[in-house]
Amino acid sequence: MSHEYIPEIATDRDGNEYEVQGWQDDFYGGKLGFWLFMFTEVMMFGAMFLALTYYKTLHPEDFLAASHHLNRLLGGTNTVILLISALTMGLGLLKMRAGDVKGAKLMIWATIILAALFLSIKGVEWREEYEGGIFLNYGKLLPGSDFPFGEKIFYGLYFTMTGLHGVHIIIGIGLMLWLLKRINAGKVTTDHHIFYWNIALYWDIVHLIWVFVFPYFYMIGGGYVVGGAVHGH
Amino acid sequence: MSKTYFDETHCAIGHPKSTFMQWMLTIDHKRIGLMYAAVMFTFFFVAVSMGFLMRLELFAPGQQFIDGHTFNQTFTLHGVIMIFIFIVPGIPAIFGNSVMPLMIGAKDVSFPRLNWANFWLYVAGCIVALSSLWGPNGFADTGWTFYAPYSLTTNTTVLPLLIAAFMLGMSSILTGLNFIVTIHRLRAPGMTFFKMPLFVWGIYATGWIQLLATPVVGITLILAIMEKYFGIGIFDPAKGGDPVLFEHLFWIYSHPAVYLMILPAFGVMSEIIPTFSRKEIFGYRTVALSSASIAGIGYLVWGHHLFTSGMADIAKTVFSFLTFFVAIPTGIKFYDWVATMYGAKIVLSTPMLWALGTMITFVIGGLTGVTITMIGVDIHLQDTYYTVAHFHYAMLGGVVFLMFAGMHYWFPLLTGKMYNEKHAKIAFYLNFVGFNMLWFPMFIAGYLGMPRRYFDYLPEFQIYHQISFFGAVIFITGLIYMFVVLYKGWRHGEPSGTNPWHATTLEWHLQSSPPPLENHTKVPYVDFNPYEYKHGEPVVKFDYDTMKRID
Repeated sequence: MSHEYIPEIATDRDGNEYEVQGWQDDFYGGKLGFWLFMFTEVMMFGAMFLALTYYKTLHPEDFLAASHHLNRLLGGTNTVILLISALTMGLGLLKMRAGDVKGAKLMIWATIILAALFLSIKGVEWREEYEGGIFLNYGKLLPGSDFPFGEKIFYGLYFTMTGLHGVHIIIGIGLMLWLLKRINAGKVTTDHHIFYWNIALYWDIVHLIWVFVFPYFYMIGGGYVVGGAVHGH
Repeated sequence: MSKTYFDETHCAIGHPKSTFMQWMLTIDHKRIGLMYAAVMFTFFFVAVSMGFLMRLELFAPGQQFIDGHTFNQTFTLHGVIMIFIFIVPGIPAIFGNSVMPLMIGAKDVSFPRLNWANFWLYVAGCIVALSSLWGPNGFADTGWTFYAPYSLTTNTTVLPLLIAAFMLGMSSILTGLNFIVTIHRLRAPGMTFFKMPLFVWGIYATGWIQLLATPVVGITLILAIMEKYFGIGIFDPAKGGDPVLFEHLFWIYSHPAVYLMILPAFGVMSEIIPTFSRKEIFGYRTVALSSASIAGIGYLVWGHHLFTSGMADIAKTVFSFLTFFVAIPTGIKFYDWVATMYGAKIVLSTPMLWALGTMITFVIGGLTGVTITMIGVDIHLQDTYYTVAHFHYAMLGGVVFLMFAGMHYWFPLLTGKMYNEKHAKIAFYLNFVGFNMLWFPMFIAGYLGMPRRYFDYLPEFQIYHQISFFGAVIFITGLIYMFVVLYKGWRHGEPSGTNPWHATTLEWHLQSSPPPLENHTKVPYVDFNPYEYKHGEPVVKFDYDTMKRID
């Protein structure tokens, strides 16, 4: 930052001096605040997982059948992409702390590209489902269709949760671009990188949520065979 | 001392010259607190007039002034404003902002610019909520709880309200987060958690509820929006959903939210009682820890709103038992306050009067709550005026009364002036009498079977509604009287000096009143308990230039 913050000193009755923590330049405060904010994200997605679990106990067969139709290849690829992006994000932060600003910027760009790739694959998936007649307010999900209740709820939550997750990815890309701007402006440096640190934390939560979303939607129906015994695994 | 971040103007963006813009862009916690107060009380009076409109309509059976549909919209507007705009942000936004950093000897909250952004997010949320008034088919008629499936099928304008509740929730989450970090990081050296004033404990416990409970209602409202406008089927039985799930998710937030409202209010009480008893508070640790345990237990009791909604008997029993447990830490607090006053030379100033009045009204509100915790009784009294009277006694007679107590208590601190004590006391008595006359008859009417939210009733209930009406007239007179007294005090009052109440906590140890920008001249070292009195006088004294102890 452009100004130098000098902490105040408080003195007790015996003349001992104590450094006062101000709100300026409070690295741990910034970190604590962002961790708390991440709790709220967990609670938010947690409530949706709660709804998901509840409806799975009501309609177990429908859930497996619906899950069976999701594209595990694309979903799995996306999982790998997101995991790699978490790695590049972490490496970038390590490089920044080691003083390698250029390497850090490179890693941020890599993360942005991976995130964009994730979104495109997600788009292809949604398109596939749309063409199969399943989309919000469309085709099989309309109230009049004879699609089973359980599958309607499954897809409803699928679009809501992956959609909300996608929104988080988009916000993440925006944050990373802003981060690059601040690095270029010299406002995020090796010594002052709380902003970077928090964005890395954010990205960790985003990929962590996906790590739970993926098995719950894509993998539960992996071995499901319509109208017969499950076999072959 | 070095000049700090924003020097004299303390603004989020730039250094505007006009005073107006300096207020609009301020990151100073005291100014933000006062701006919250201004917005909140404006809305408070809108909601009070809605309440009065309902009382007018209910003066006699049958239709008087408004039809049934308008009546539904009226109580929705009343509830949405009172809950989401007034009482949930309430004490934390006003006093948590303006007083809490002073109490812990901080220069500001941890994230002052976030604080500023939160205020404007709050204002934006208010505007979005009100925009529903001009929507097609008029304001929502769902009640403030937006219960599915009705909220999903009504053609009134629900969307802006859901979005507004989400925005206000976001603002509330980030405010709570800001306070938690502030309390963890910015306490003056030497001030351990058990040396903090009890109001700070209240704010701290509240912060955790805001943080952990609000996201759940946020996502519930998002799901409701997805359902209403994107056709997914989560709460609507016509699409396979379960409306009871909505109630569960809604109350997982909204019940802890009740404690979110009352805990800072209890904090205000814990400040006022020792100050005007001129005695150290009895059982400091139990008061502090009972706040934490109310926050913890309060998380696990939401099911008592669903006793008649269709829940397994075993779940009902568990929720009923858990709810009884909340009464224990609350009782501990009350006995601690009473024990503090025991044998003390009590100074009956206006804030103390409000606090004592609240002890009566809140005990009525709290104990009637215990009665409807019992499943059998609740089946009889659910959705009757008994419940309405119960939560108005707890919320208005508890939270809002203590907010008023806090207003009178910290008024000289924040304005540097003193209001007219005699008139402030008259205002209190008007409020107290009017309040009890307004709500006590509802206990009886509800017990006899008057259902809530009805716009018409059987003739046998008329007497209760009429007593209530006259109570409402006295109560509103008292409210207006009180605000006029405070306004006059602010414009023409006598200078109060820095510590008119002989209080001990740090916010009263300032070199001037109202407090200067950046608060204390120097941060003091805290090696004393928050309420140290000896022979009715504060023990700890400071030299206000150096902030060193001189006692």
